[in-house]
Amino acid sequence: MEAVRVLSPTGMLGAGFTQSTVDRGLELGADVISVDAGSTDSGPHYLGSGTAKTTAAAVARDLRILLRASARAGIPLIVGSCGTSGTDSGVDWVAGIVDDLLREEGLDLAVATIYSEQQAGFLNERLRAGAVHPLAPATALDEATVEGCTHVVGMMGHEPIEEALRGGADVVLAGRATDTAVAAAYPLMMGMPAGPVWHAAKIVECGGQCTTNPRTGGVLATIDQTGFTIEPLDPDAACTPISVAAHMLYETVNPFRMREPAGELDVEAATYTALDDRRVRVEGSLFHPAAQHTVKLEGARITGYETMSFTAIRDEHILANIEAWTDLFVEVFTGRVAQTLGLDGTRYSFDLRRYGYDAVLGELDPASRPPREIGVMLLVRAQTQELATAVAKVANPLMLHLPTPDMAYLPSLAFATSPAETERGPVYEFVLHHVVDTRSPTEMFRIEHRKAPAHD
Amino acid sequence: MTESPQTFGDLALEVRSKNAGPFWVTMEVFLRDETGYARAAVLSEETIARLYAVPAEDVQIFRIPALNVVKISFPRPVPQGGLRDRDVHAGQHHVPLASLPLPG
Repeated sequence: MEAVRVLSPTGMLGAGFTQSTVDRGLELGADVISVDAGSTDSGPHYLGSGTAKTTAAAVARDLRILLRASARAGIPLIVGSCGTSGTDSGVDWVAGIVDDLLREEGLDLAVATIYSEQQAGFLNERLRAGAVHPLAPATALDEATVEGCTHVVGMMGHEPIEEALRGGADVVLAGRATDTAVAAAYPLMMGMPAGPVWHAAKIVECGGQCTTNPRTGGVLATIDQTGFTIEPLDPDAACTPISVAAHMLYETVNPFRMREPAGELDVEAATYTALDDRRVRVEGSLFHPAAQHTVKLEGARITGYETMSFTAIRDEHILANIEAWTDLFVEVFTGRVAQTLGLDGTRYSFDLRRYGYDAVLGELDPASRPPREIGVMLLVRAQTQELATAVAKVANPLMLHLPTPDMAYLPSLAFATSPAETERGPVYEFVLHHVVDTRSPTEMFRIEHRKAPAHD
Repeated sequence: MTESPQTFGDLALEVRSKNAGPFWVTMEVFLRDETGYARAAVLSEETIARLYAVPAEDVQIFRIPALNVVKISFPRPVPQGGLRDRDVHAGQHHVPLASLPLPG
C-alpha cells in the first residue's frame, strides 16, 4: 500500500455530520473511518458514574451512517473512547447500539470490543512494583486513592486496536484510547511511517476543527511514506497551512511535543505547504519511540453529594451593596446551619456564586462595571444527599428575603424555580494523573470478538 | 482598526482558553500580524502569574512566530468539576489576558 486515507467525519460521535461528508470521503477513496466518542473535557461525572454525555439517539444516528459506509466500501470503522469516558459500561452501551443497527440494516460486519477499565488489585500490584509514575502536577500515588475510585481506565495506544483489526474485526469499539490512537492504528498497521501517522491523527481528531470553517463536515488525511495531505470533506471549507498548524495548539499543553503510549510525536520541524486553496501538505513530522511503553490512567471518585439552589437579584440597592449582602448571607447562613442542624463547617461545604457579577472569574475578573442583575447560585456539598439538601433548605429563606445590613425591610428575591433546590446526586473529581510502565502494549486491555447478531 | 489598540485582545484575531486535560489550562493569543506578535514579546511567566494568581515557575510559554501565536499553559488552580470550579471547560479564562492593557 502506497498511501492510507483516513476519514474523520466529526470530532465527537453523536455531534452529527452530513451524509454527504461521508459520501465525499468514500469517493476520495477512504481506507478507514475513525471517530472519537469521548473526552474528559466535560468533567469527572462521566467517568465517575460510567455514563455517557451523548444521548443514545444521537450516537445511533451517526453510527447508522458510518456502519452503512463501512459495509458499502468494505473498510474498517474504528470508534475510540466509547460512551464518553471509555468505561466498560460505555463500550457495552455503544456495542448494544451497534448490534441493534446491524440487525435493522441487515449488515454483516464483525465487531470487536476492547475494554480498558482497570482493577484496583492490578494497579496496586504495579504500584508496589514501582511501575506507576505521576505526571505533573500530580504527586506519587497511594493504594487507598486507587481503591477509592469508582472507575479507572487506561488510555490505550494503537496496539490493541491493531490487534483487534488483525483478528478480523470490521468494526472496533474501543474503551478509553488516546484521541490520536483511533486514527493512527490502521495506517500504522499498513506500514505508514510513525511521524506522519501520529501527526495526521492529531490533526484529524476533531474532524473539521482544522479547517477554516470548523462547523462544517469532516476531513480526510492521506498518509504516505514522506508525509500527509489533509483536505476538508465539505466543498465550501478549506484547510490552510495556518488552520492545520493551529490545530496542534488545541487542548494541548505543549504544541510541539505530544506523548503517546509508544513514544513522542515531535512536530517542531514540520512544514505546512498549501497544495492548492483547500489542501495542505505536511512533512517533517517525527516520532521518537520511548524506551518504556506507558499507559496513562484516568480515575474518578465520589467527593460527596450536592444540592443546588438558585435565586436572582434585581433590586438596585442590593446590587449596589452586593459585597455586604454576601457577607451577611454567609454569616446568617452558617449560623443558622449550626443552630438548626448542629453542623459545623467540617460537615459540609458550599460555594456561593454571583452570576452576572463575578461568578466566572472571581478575583481574577478585570471588569468593575455594575451589573443589571445577579443570579445567585448556592452549591452545597455534604457526605449524603439528605444532608446537602437539608443545608440548602436552611438557606432558602435567605435566598428569598435576605436584605443588606442597612435595609429596614425584607426584600423578596426572584427564585428561578420551585422548588428552589435541585439535588445533583453524587459528584466526582478526577484523581489520577499517572502512567503505568507496561510489560506489553496490550496487557492492560481485553479484546472480545463478538458474535455477529442474528439477522431478522 | 480606527482606534489605537488598548489591550492585547485588540492586537489579536482571537484570544482563547481551554482545558488541556483535567489538570491543565492552556490559552492562545492569535496576533493579527508580526507587529502585534512583537509587542506580545513582553508577555512573560511573571505576567501570567500575576494575572492568574499561579506560581510563575509553573507557567509554560510557547512562542510560534510562523503563526504569530503566543501559547500559555499552566496547571489548573481549581480541579475540573470540583465544588469551586466555575468554568468546567476553562473556556472563559482568556478574558483577563485579553483585557490586559498594553504597556504604554
